[in-house]
Amino acid sequence: MATTTPTSDERVREVSWFNRLLSRPEFGALAGALLVFIMFTVFSWEDGSSGFLGWRAVTTWLKFSAEIGIIGIGATLLMIGGEFDLSVGSIIGLTSLIVLAPIVLYGWAPWQAILITLAVAVLLGWINGTLVNRTGLPSFIVTLAFLYIYRGLTLVVTRALTGGATRVDIQALVGQNGIEDVPQAREFIRNDWLSQMFSGEVWGSPQLVGFLGNIGLIPVTERRVLDPETGQRIAMELPIIDGIPVAVGWWIVLTILAIILLQRTQLGNWIFGTGGHAESARNMGVPTNRVKILLFMGTAVCATILSMLQVFEAGSSEVLRGQLKEFEAIIVAVIGGTLLTGGYGSVAGAFWGALIYGMIARGVEIVRWMPNDWFRIFLGVGLLAAVLFNTYIRKRATEAR
Amino acid sequence: MAAPLVELKDIVKTFGSVIALNGVSTSVDKGQVLCLLGDNGAGKSTLIKTLSGVHIPTSGQIYIDGQPVTFKSPRDAQRSGIATVHQHLSIQPLMSVTRNFFMGNEPTGANKWLGPLGIVQKDFADQKAKEEMAKMGIDIRDPNQVVGTMSGGERQVLAIARAIYFGARVLILDEPTAALGVKQAGVVLKYIAQVRAKGLAVVFITHNVHHAYPVADKFTILKRGQSYGTFMKEEVSREDVLNMMAGGEELAALEAELKEFERSDTAPSSRLEAGAAAQSAVQDNRG
Repeated sequence: MATTTPTSDERVREVSWFNRLLSRPEFGALAGALLVFIMFTVFSWEDGSSGFLGWRAVTTWLKFSAEIGIIGIGATLLMIGGEFDLSVGSIIGLTSLIVLAPIVLYGWAPWQAILITLAVAVLLGWINGTLVNRTGLPSFIVTLAFLYIYRGLTLVVTRALTGGATRVDIQALVGQNGIEDVPQAREFIRNDWLSQMFSGEVWGSPQLVGFLGNIGLIPVTERRVLDPETGQRIAMELPIIDGIPVAVGWWIVLTILAIILLQRTQLGNWIFGTGGHAESARNMGVPTNRVKILLFMGTAVCATILSMLQVFEAGSSEVLRGQLKEFEAIIVAVIGGTLLTGGYGSVAGAFWGALIYGMIARGVEIVRWMPNDWFRIFLGVGLLAAVLFNTYIRKRATEAR
Repeated sequence: MAAPLVELKDIVKTFGSVIALNGVSTSVDKGQVLCLLGDNGAGKSTLIKTLSGVHIPTSGQIYIDGQPVTFKSPRDAQRSGIATVHQHLSIQPLMSVTRNFFMGNEPTGANKWLGPLGIVQKDFADQKAKEEMAKMGIDIRDPNQVVGTMSGGERQVLAIARAIYFGARVLILDEPTAALGVKQAGVVLKYIAQVRAKGLAVVFITHNVHHAYPVADKFTILKRGQSYGTFMKEEVSREDVLNMMAGGEELAALEAELKEFERSDTAPSSRLEAGAAAQSAVQDNRG
């Protein structure tokens, strides 16, 4: 015994500083994100500047990363707690219907629909968690069943509400409440204290961007915008970006909250304990079943936040919205260093994982000579590398004596 | 004489038609090590699970300080000061020493109204974990080090130190030495003696008499769900305990049987040697 306790020297310390960095779960993802960033910056270099670092490009890949990252947070916490949720994509589809249909078909105020939808998300998570707890079946199977059930439900209800269509569209608002066209319908939805948080830009950032445009820090260009007074489209000199997409704000805020939850709170310790070895955690008095239900609720709420961000931007809820997002959420968690077996992982890692995902997905489009078709190959290789790296880290952590 | 700290009286536990325990009685007092001995299937685990609140006895009564108690869950038993250290199930190897130490009992200080969302006082927890381990004679360099880097014996000690810190009066150790090497087992035995010196009652479950005998004050031997008897250490020798555990007559029969093997071994062994010689000859030819 006692080979880990230092018997004498400083030498042990130096090695362990490097080891400690290596054994952080998020280390691999951070290194990977830097690598991908540098790679695309260099690849997209043309005429003395990098297309990948342009204002609009950065906004694009940040927004895409944010959307994956939001569901990645839920998936990471759940995976650390030892479970999976494959119904995330279908929950996105179902909740996008639940939030939009009452607004456009029944004249609800957006905030009412949003609150109801969040409540439904909590209920969906509760169903997942309770079934997993009660049946003792792997969550993989239980949530796989709900992947089909929720998607099917979305289709059935959408068809019933629309008389056979596969999407509920904001178009249906035209003619109600004196709304004359789609842009006005969008304006109606956006002018709600709660839906503002799910559409457009982060609060204050358009003003900031406008200011930076005026003093010349952000390039301006001629853009056609809706004049709020006349309702006409007019051309104006405006900064090339509108601001920080609201999804990025959600992503960063949720990441910070989840890191605090996991690293600092009592519940965080319970999540690790539940995923590491549920029975021993239970023996120590951790209510593991309740922890799991909470985690499933969290995953469903994250999925719903994403679905609302997408619905208010696109103005429609399609039956297939969110398809395959469950796997993207898991990919992000795994690249971020979270173990598939639970009990070990990091939200910060999922943040970098989502950034890697977003940079690759959008970067391939930005680099002109790189065929888009390569995106999935990059992603698959990245995933494999991440899993290998994680396995290696876990071995170090458990076997180093 | 005052009532013992823990007393089990006529504990019966049945699972359907299986009688796992059939009227077992024993007791353990402060500063005493009770060794629960028995072969596989003798009912050791069932008895321990009954005492630690996992099972509710079919009949019979548990007394603590002479008062009858009923445990409906492991949590109940823990509140009464009974802590169980399972061989593999107590420690999470991928979590840090501190996180393991305070699992389920994280110190959140004044912000109790937040419930489980309360912020854990990390510096306090780190310091306490380090201190409590030091009391058991293990110097943790970094309380944030992953438990997976510690040896099997050290992990047991972590679980024991944790139980003591959270106010255990009775420590149940379920096969603490089973998976350990000779030296490691010695370390754990040393800590058991140390725990006894602190005035705790220890229930030590094992089927290894050689580990049990040096630290035990008292033996309860279980056989097929029944108590074969409870003996103080002065009353019995190591051989007595071993005999009772395996069943004296059965052991004698086994010895006789083994002698038979020895006799029949002598004849075929020469044939085996011949075979080996032939084999090496073949290898020589190949070479």
